[in-house]
Amino acid sequence: MRELVADKRTEGFNEVVSGYLEQEALSEAGRCIQCKNPTCILGCPVKIDIKKFILQITKKDYPGAYSTIRQTNNFPSICGRVCPAEYQCRRSCVLNKGKLAYCSPEAVNIHFLERFIGDYGMQNNLEVPMQPDGRFSEVKMAVVGSGPAGLCCAGELARKGVKVTVFEGLQSCGGVLRYGIPGFRLPREVLDYEINCLTKLGVKFITNTIAGKVVLLEELFQQGFNRIFLGLGAGVPSFLGIKGENLCNVYSANEFLTRVNLMSAYKFPEYHTPVNIGKHVLVIGGGNTAMDAARCALRLQKMSSIEPHVTVVYRRTLTEMPARRLEIQHAQEEGIKFKFLTQPKEFDSDDQGFVRQLNCLICELQDADESGRRKPVVLQGSDFSIPCDLAIIAVGLGANQVLTGATPGLKTDKYKDIIINSATMETSIKHVFAGGDIAGGEGTVIEALGMAKKAAISILQNS
Amino acid sequence: MKIIAKEVIADCPGAKIVKLVLASAQISQKAQAGQFVVVMVDEKGERIPLTIVDADSQANTITLIFQVVGLTTKLLGALDVGDTLYALVGPLGQATKIKKYGEIILVGGGVGIAEIYPVAKGLKAAGNKVTVILGARTKEALILEKELKSLADKIYLLTDDGSSGEQGFTTVVLEKLLKKDKHDLVYAVGPIPMMKKVSELGLASKIKTIVSLNALMVDATGMCGCCRVRVNGEVKFSCVDGPEFLADQVDWEELEKRNSMYRVKEKHICKLKF
Repeated sequence: MRELVADKRTEGFNEVVSGYLEQEALSEAGRCIQCKNPTCILGCPVKIDIKKFILQITKKDYPGAYSTIRQTNNFPSICGRVCPAEYQCRRSCVLNKGKLAYCSPEAVNIHFLERFIGDYGMQNNLEVPMQPDGRFSEVKMAVVGSGPAGLCCAGELARKGVKVTVFEGLQSCGGVLRYGIPGFRLPREVLDYEINCLTKLGVKFITNTIAGKVVLLEELFQQGFNRIFLGLGAGVPSFLGIKGENLCNVYSANEFLTRVNLMSAYKFPEYHTPVNIGKHVLVIGGGNTAMDAARCALRLQKMSSIEPHVTVVYRRTLTEMPARRLEIQHAQEEGIKFKFLTQPKEFDSDDQGFVRQLNCLICELQDADESGRRKPVVLQGSDFSIPCDLAIIAVGLGANQVLTGATPGLKTDKYKDIIINSATMETSIKHVFAGGDIAGGEGTVIEALGMAKKAAISILQNS
Repeated sequence: MKIIAKEVIADCPGAKIVKLVLASAQISQKAQAGQFVVVMVDEKGERIPLTIVDADSQANTITLIFQVVGLTTKLLGALDVGDTLYALVGPLGQATKIKKYGEIILVGGGVGIAEIYPVAKGLKAAGNKVTVILGARTKEALILEKELKSLADKIYLLTDDGSSGEQGFTTVVLEKLLKKDKHDLVYAVGPIPMMKKVSELGLASKIKTIVSLNALMVDATGMCGCCRVRVNGEVKFSCVDGPEFLADQVDWEELEKRNSMYRVKEKHICKLKF
């Protein structure tokens, strides 16, 4: 796969991975052996007919391949860029030789092929296949949240001719795809295109509207909506609970990324939202969010003529990092350093209340427990410190309770996630469905799409 | 989001204060005392929180009052009747608990006076005896004097220069009142040093004291944690858990430092654009 060289990439927010040329796509598709029982499909949360679309590529039937993917996935250009395919479809590809949680390089690059087709559709403005069904003309659907789950549910239903209105709290749509994932992984034009496809299907978007505050669920029903889907996302950043966490220049990854991505703080002062940057940036965590934050921070350093110095601090090792392998590789290429087996203990400050250093402890990994994860254990007395004038905490998210807290009767679990019937995705309130992170903890974009799709099918079946 | 009316209610050295009346049917129906909105002036603008000073559900309007201090408030203050904001979101935050407490003192400092107004109105309507202490730099910056006079049972005015009311600080009057009579609640909004002092006085007199904090925010829906404050040793988000907290539990030093985190950048952008 062609990519910008690391030095060029970090000069700004241009997309890193260039996408296949036709010849490259044909050659990669040719590596697929068209298994009789295609296990890759089982690894896909939305069950894209991978075997079929790859075969269509080999026959240069790109519109056909586009139609095949679109049957089950509304956002091929997005998923082809952000799906952790090495943990999903590619891991169950028969060419995968590894036994790790993620696949070996031999597995067919299904996500790159998906992106090739998605981008082909975008460049050629291919029609999204509509399947209007008169039975659903009475369904009036409200979707709360315009992240991956909300967009997917809206798209699935709109294609069947359902009238859909999406309510978004922020000033622009896309949820985590907009505020979380940086443009160098998912260019804004791609996101805008996919959202525009939904507009063309008749989906209405209402921004700046926070359900649970300005409009309650019961009021949506009163307004004439008869089905509601909640794709609220995992809204609240978790912190470490250590001393010094509220010092100046200690950010949650959500705040840092929101400032940079949603508010374009990297274009300050043209855009008015500021974000600080430091000479020694530490990012705490090992997931995709940590990689995104680290790579944004490094770009900001370069753009501010600061010698790049960003270190990811993680309690386990490279193998256990939950981030996409490609993101880790890109981060390494760009010059991001990693400090493994390190547990943060406390932040120290300077006189002005700004963070000055992180005090840490060294960890050891225990053998894998029942869940298969190796638990880090702190070595007492192993204290050491790392200089740090800006820290970004990327250790996960919890449920946002703005809507659930304002909706009596909507049952939540101990994590404040919405409890759903996993067969129908319906919540404890009749005709109210949920999917994505708010209905199952933190997952990937494609998992959210899978849940939203299931909800959409169930909404149609019961209408 | 359209500006229906605009009034510069104070324009003196160090205090330009602007009042905007905005059309928003939805927010005006839902807004309660103590809540706020987030506004964006234009596509490239910041998201800033502003208290809802008044809401008229008949006229479908809300009123905002703000002091021109940084770039965003400068741009906002430069808008005119007929102009439209890029974004207006709300009502946000927890509403003030309006009920009968008994004898209440509300302390407003500077533009904080605008923020105590809806609370004073609500608490008065709930049958409380309301005493208001207002402080500002100078006579002209003493905003909403007429409105608060008409609803308060007692009002004390203070200015730094003595041009209106007495010369001095609101907290001196508060201290006297708390020593003299029994009160049931103190509610304060103003500069951090003022709120901090009010908090100490409330604690010393063992009177429940509530403050509404002005932490920096981005999304203001609990998503980013920019506005986190330490309250009673716990991390709280001003936007969804607040903006009101019990005064004596707030870590004022931390809040003050966090609020000045972008001072250098703010100065830079103001110089560039104005």
